[in-house]
Amino acid sequence: MNVIPQRHGEAGLLDHEYVRDAIFVAALLAAAYVGFLVMPNMLALLTRMISIMLLVLALDLVTGYAGVATLGHATLFGAGAYAAGIGASQYGVTDPLLMLAVGAAAGAVAGLVCGAVILRGRGLTQLVLSIAIVQLAHEAANKGSSITGGSDGLSGIAPDPLFGMFRFDLFGRTAFWFAVALVVLVVVALRVVMRSPFGMLCRGIKEDPVRIQSMGISVNGTLLRLYLISGVVAGLGGALSAISTRVVGLDSLSFDLSANALVMLVLGGVGNLAGAVVGTVIFVLFENQVSVISPFHWLILVGLLLVAVVLFAPSGVTGLFARLFTTRQRP
Amino acid sequence: MTALLEVTALRKRFGGLVVANDVSLSLAAGDRTALIGPNGAGKTTLVNLITGHLRPDGGRVALAGDDITRLGPTGRVHRGLARSFQVTRLFPSMTAEEHVALALLQRAGKAERMLGNYRRMPDIVEAAHAILGELDLLGDAQSAVRQIPYGRQRMLEIAIVKAMRPKVLLLDEPAAGISHGDTHLIEATINNLDPGLAVLMIEHDMDFVFRFARRVIVMASGKVIFDGTPQEVQRSPEVRSAYLGSYADDRGAA
Repeated sequence: MNVIPQRHGEAGLLDHEYVRDAIFVAALLAAAYVGFLVMPNMLALLTRMISIMLLVLALDLVTGYAGVATLGHATLFGAGAYAAGIGASQYGVTDPLLMLAVGAAAGAVAGLVCGAVILRGRGLTQLVLSIAIVQLAHEAANKGSSITGGSDGLSGIAPDPLFGMFRFDLFGRTAFWFAVALVVLVVVALRVVMRSPFGMLCRGIKEDPVRIQSMGISVNGTLLRLYLISGVVAGLGGALSAISTRVVGLDSLSFDLSANALVMLVLGGVGNLAGAVVGTVIFVLFENQVSVISPFHWLILVGLLLVAVVLFAPSGVTGLFARLFTTRQRP
Repeated sequence: MTALLEVTALRKRFGGLVVANDVSLSLAAGDRTALIGPNGAGKTTLVNLITGHLRPDGGRVALAGDDITRLGPTGRVHRGLARSFQVTRLFPSMTAEEHVALALLQRAGKAERMLGNYRRMPDIVEAAHAILGELDLLGDAQSAVRQIPYGRQRMLEIAIVKAMRPKVLLLDEPAAGISHGDTHLIEATINNLDPGLAVLMIEHDMDFVFRFARRVIVMASGKVIFDGTPQEVQRSPEVRSAYLGSYADDRGAA
């Protein structure tokens, strides 16, 4: 018989929510541990994956939840990376936690600026504005070589040991677990924020901004705050990349990275944090494996993968799993 | 009685087309007024001008004595003006309960909170369930809107404006798109609205209009051509010719 599952009472529903949070965190930690065991020589790659994951999570907020079209989100990531890198190499801010704070602050400012510009448009206009912004930022970093190192990149970043105890070792173990802890905290914080009234508003804006407005709520005010949060998350990703790789290159502030982040998000599934996480893992591992096999043609294979996902799982890998799961429940 | 909503000499043109030509009307607390007129008369435009979704070229809108002509749509909502839409504007993936909760959160000034879930706010949940219960929507409380039949979506549209507790309510064809047999559900809901609320309703179903309205305003080509009781409107020659053209008179003469 086709019975709609009975809703739990309020308390039951709440428990359910926290249980899901706990499962999410446990899954992240388990995946990280498996990665640590299986790929002990590639911790640097995994750490880089996590810093990009933060960018994709940030993109998921504005694009996945609120429906803002952007191909320039690396601006926020790059702002965090350059701010943390410049702070460390030129101003002696080498404590890793302080570097994260600097990156988050720079990302927040970049988020506000990008948001203020991009939200003036709608749809395609937003897309074009976002590309313009990332290209401008890229050129600014390129020309301002006395500060940013230009096309040579920014080097001379030497983070202090974490808490004064754990050195960022050659094998990248400290950096890896530092990154894992950071992404777990960010994911938990974002889950809380996105199920708050504010998160509900953002989802509402994606589906019908006019209705939100006629409820007496400012659409652009809400989106600007979302951009600020997104900037913090992307900025943390940038700072993490500066800390773990000790260099910041122009590629962290590029259209390519922005577009790749969007591809990762679509692969994983938009509008849920799991999609951002899964999409990044698949993309980075796929890129890594395939580029070893075929250094010149790997992008073609990534393209084919994306086409397959768009054709057969339009709501991404997580959406595909959710569908398989629910169709089994609902005959 | 003092007017809650006062529209004075409102003008709007789209290029050469005058869609609001010196429109004036006023609503007092407890008013049940219908706005009728042929297609293209400028009824929805007038609603958009009153709610601030369109900027007028001239004229004045006042709510409870305050000039709100310069205010944007959200500012007007905060002053107590709410509207429903001719075609439902809802969030397809969100549940009925979430829609009503969002409206309640806005009124409580909690809509932009970044912490906590509305499900953990007993006052919001209770109020949402009370409103959904009044409109017989409790069964759909946890269903995403895209799974709710259209007629019940129209009811949800009214649930949202009820939750906003406005002083003035503009209903843009609340019964549009639902089968004739279900109109009575919408009608009962509208009859049960707070008696002190000033309601302006655009509607095409004349039987519904005559049962609902104590006053009827007729628009044609951007102008108010009649403002009076339902009994008078049926006898008005201007209204007859606006709806039926000179054809009505020809037949009358024959």
